[in-house]
Amino acid sequence: MTQVTIPETLKKKAEEIFFRYPAEKRQSALLPLLFEVQREMGWIRPEAEAWVAETVGVSPVKVREIITFYSMMRAEPVGKYLIQFCQNISCCLRGGENILHHMEKKLGIHVGETTKDGLFTLRVVECLGGCSWAPMMLVNEDQYFVLSVEKIDKIIEGFRSGNPVAPDHPTPLLGNVAGEAVA
Amino acid sequence: MIGNGSVRLLSKNFDVPNMATLDVAMKHGAYDMLKRAMKLKPEEVTELVKASGLRGHGGAGFSAGTKWGFVPKDKFPRYVCVNGDESEPGTCKDRLIIERDPHLMLEGALICAYAVQAERIYIYIRGEYYYPAKVMAEAIKQAQAKGFIGQKILGSDWSCTVHLQNGAGAYICGEETGLIESLEGKKGWPRLKPPFYPAAIGLWGAPTIVNNVETLAFVPRILDIGPEKFAAMGSPKNGGTGLFSLSGHVNKPGVYELPMGTLLTDLIHKHGGGIPNGKKLKAVIPGGSSSHILTADECENLPLDFESVAARGSMLGSAAVMVIDETVSIPQLMHWMVRFYAHESCGQCTPCREGTDWLLRLSKKFLEGTARKRDIDDMWQLADNIDGKTICALGQAVAWPTKSYLVKFRHEFEALCRN
Repeated sequence: MTQVTIPETLKKKAEEIFFRYPAEKRQSALLPLLFEVQREMGWIRPEAEAWVAETVGVSPVKVREIITFYSMMRAEPVGKYLIQFCQNISCCLRGGENILHHMEKKLGIHVGETTKDGLFTLRVVECLGGCSWAPMMLVNEDQYFVLSVEKIDKIIEGFRSGNPVAPDHPTPLLGNVAGEAVA
Repeated sequence: MIGNGSVRLLSKNFDVPNMATLDVAMKHGAYDMLKRAMKLKPEEVTELVKASGLRGHGGAGFSAGTKWGFVPKDKFPRYVCVNGDESEPGTCKDRLIIERDPHLMLEGALICAYAVQAERIYIYIRGEYYYPAKVMAEAIKQAQAKGFIGQKILGSDWSCTVHLQNGAGAYICGEETGLIESLEGKKGWPRLKPPFYPAAIGLWGAPTIVNNVETLAFVPRILDIGPEKFAAMGSPKNGGTGLFSLSGHVNKPGVYELPMGTLLTDLIHKHGGGIPNGKKLKAVIPGGSSSHILTADECENLPLDFESVAARGSMLGSAAVMVIDETVSIPQLMHWMVRFYAHESCGQCTPCREGTDWLLRLSKKFLEGTARKRDIDDMWQLADNIDGKTICALGQAVAWPTKSYLVKFRHEFEALCRN
């Protein structure tokens, strides 16, 4: 078994996180700390899981419970770009399913799979809170709204060529809070 | 007095460039209302919010000021949790508040914390909101540097810190006690209530006020225009305006700020531009996917406030209005809807954990052409066996829409049955 070392940056981060809670409430740090592990190491390796349990001071099963309960916790590796495509009502009403099928063809994989080059993992998720700008998806930490077949093509090709399409940050103003209409 | 026109009270600065930065926000009056509130006694602030008729915009519609008043007199420490877990399908308003005017929400949370004399605020933002959370983290940092957060705020004796916590993909953590469990570093299993509500026993056993992002963002505005004026903007018992998340089959989906009590048909046609491609309206889900579906006829003459929608047999919930045109099959809609709850059931209560999975399997049969008529009755029975038999409201959140789809559109299910 290869030795996995916990990056020093993570150890420093842990101290920052504990500071957010009363001194004796270290368990609260579990979720934020696991997020940091994921961000630094890509996924939560068993060694990192053990380190989190030790650092927080809880039994390993408490950490496992968190990882299995929360769907954003990853106990297995994913591609460089994790695509999370919304499959909830508002996105489906605006043609999300067809766009998802197009994405499967474009990537040559099915939902749940990773491309052979390790670049993309495609997952479906429930409501991402972009209902008025449906369909939407997340690619890693970036949000993309009002998806179409053309927009998907551009986004995927952007990642492939190393020139990613700019994400929709901030969320566009539609409706009367902008005083203008969406096309 | 404002009628059914659009109004910008909460959202008035959403299109100001760089509103998320403190300098710009302060030029637009950010934290002036915190200063005003801190000149009052804490309980006077609570009374003011009570008088405004502000209701919780997270879904339950409970009077915000009344909730604040539930904190026991001599129990310390106290906490405030901001519920930014926005996960009810159809709902996408809190995202805009956080991204576009984070200091407004922060100010509201601080005023709430002052009113209940809390020493910490936790802002719980759903994990998928990476970008909104980034904006909020920066806003907290800037407000802290300026002394609006921290020790002896504005030279008073009151100190309060603010901390951001990200969710991790669990709908159930939007339920206030699920949120608290999650903040304690556990899986988000809701707590049994009554007898104890978070205002008395919440985070780490301490009195805790959990309010939605939008609810708190209204608080500085109430102090600004006064509770009477705020109350008068809405409809009876429903103060002010609300952010309506409009999605689905409308020409202009978006988030609309409108007075409480605005007619549903006005939202869809006048503001939302009507149904695209000349199609007819079939149904509307008025308050997030947990609400009873309304047929096109039931949408007529319906003011969007908590009492009126309830009187029509549904609920305003988080004011997420999903519009469904005549091309949509209701059994298909049923499948999309129950798939969500089957995925999000936290597994604590057997009726919901098992029931949602069975509902999902049965809903699939209608799409695959293998359903029989008794499956319709089985689905109703399953929903009925979940309804009211679970610790939290997720049970009824799947039972109510399921029953309403079956009752109001039974013919569509029957048409897909083999016998």
